[in-house]
Amino acid sequence: MASVDTAVRPAIGRGFRLQWEPAQEAHVLLYPEGMVKLNQSAAAILTRCNGRRTVADIVTDLESTYGLAGLTQDVCAFIAIAVERTWVELLA
Amino acid sequence: MSDATPAGRPGPPLWLLLELTYRCPLHCVFCYNPTDFGSVGPELETADWLRVLAQARQLGAVQLGLSGGEPLVRDDLETIVAAAHRLGFYTNLITSGVGLTEPRLQALKDGGLDHIQLSFQDSTRVLNDFLSSTRTFELKSRVAELIRKHDYPMVLNVVLHRLNIDHVEEILGMAERMGADYVELANTQYYGWAWRNRGELLPTRAQLQRAEEVTARFRERVGSRMRIFFVVPDYFETRPKPCMSGLGRVFLGIAPDGVALPCQAARMLPGLAFPNVREASVASIWYDSPAFNRYRGESWMKEPCRSCPERSHDFGGCRCQAYLLTGDAANADPVCDLSPHHHLVTEAVERAERRGTAPVAEHPLMFRDHRAGLK
Repeated sequence: MASVDTAVRPAIGRGFRLQWEPAQEAHVLLYPEGMVKLNQSAAAILTRCNGRRTVADIVTDLESTYGLAGLTQDVCAFIAIAVERTWVELLA
Repeated sequence: MSDATPAGRPGPPLWLLLELTYRCPLHCVFCYNPTDFGSVGPELETADWLRVLAQARQLGAVQLGLSGGEPLVRDDLETIVAAAHRLGFYTNLITSGVGLTEPRLQALKDGGLDHIQLSFQDSTRVLNDFLSSTRTFELKSRVAELIRKHDYPMVLNVVLHRLNIDHVEEILGMAERMGADYVELANTQYYGWAWRNRGELLPTRAQLQRAEEVTARFRERVGSRMRIFFVVPDYFETRPKPCMSGLGRVFLGIAPDGVALPCQAARMLPGLAFPNVREASVASIWYDSPAFNRYRGESWMKEPCRSCPERSHDFGGCRCQAYLLTGDAANADPVCDLSPHHHLVTEAVERAERRGTAPVAEHPLMFRDHRAGLK
């Protein structure tokens, strides 16, 4: 598993679009001729990947929003997978 | 995209395909369009298409394909794309590239078009032009450059068959030079014009194996820079494809004349009165029409599907293929080696083997032509 630097700024990948679908009661990630239905934690992370916030910012936000601690490792692991699937691009 | 509820009320038609027109400047020998498309009634008006979009989106449709024929033949394509984008669809244009000028591409981009899939018939000008019966290769290459310039992911689709499958290495090389992000090597599916030309288009096993080896090597070299999908021709399989993820589960297609279909090829199925969006709402078509309910669930299945443990993930395969090969759309797809009709598939493959890769002689290819379909 590739490690992710918490100083990078993740953004939704080119050609992908993230949106809320009322009919599915879920966030979905849309891409050419396809769709991924996201679970709540994936959606919570991806909706924060706007290319301006760093991974560290996203972790801080999630921890305060959900009243949790120690999320860095989980968030980094998910973002590494998302990068591998090109859902997310990392900006410097 | 496989998120229909397993039982009871079906899920929404997540994937909407509008076949805006059957008109096309190309005449491809493997086209899946109906061979009698020349006698299909008048195309829907812009207002009809916009109504379909709004109604389908309301139900939960989210992926939109715009195809045909060649969708760029319609001069309201930009209007349709912009409306779809405003409704929240992810919009995919499936095109030969003919008619995709820079001003039109700019207008489509401004309207919110998300993705363009460009089809090529081959990596060489000569075969591309022969197979589509036109001179389009250079035009397509220019269009590919335009697509990149407008910052779209570059998605190339090449339909494979006996006459071009030996060029897979060159095709992938071309795609790499063009900077493709995705390449779909789609072996011909035998419907419509391809069904008529099946004897000339079916590759040999050796051809297929070589093409798969070449693809695997190429994939290893380029890694994630260029994603390559290789769609195996199902005639070489022993289990059927889960066609459309089950009829009436996720896919809704609208033909140029407004006929609503649970699969692009389903128009050929006998005994089904397919509803028309001129007369019925998308909701009533999707949930209530007998044509869409006919092959939902499992009660229509015959043996060996009815008692097969695999029926819930392959849905008995393709109804159109069952009908074309056996004359009964409720039979198991003969691709399945549990089907009593499986020999019909293996015999077609054996005939292709015997014919080898010799050039076409006794049975000329039939190019898609509206006149050929007129009665």
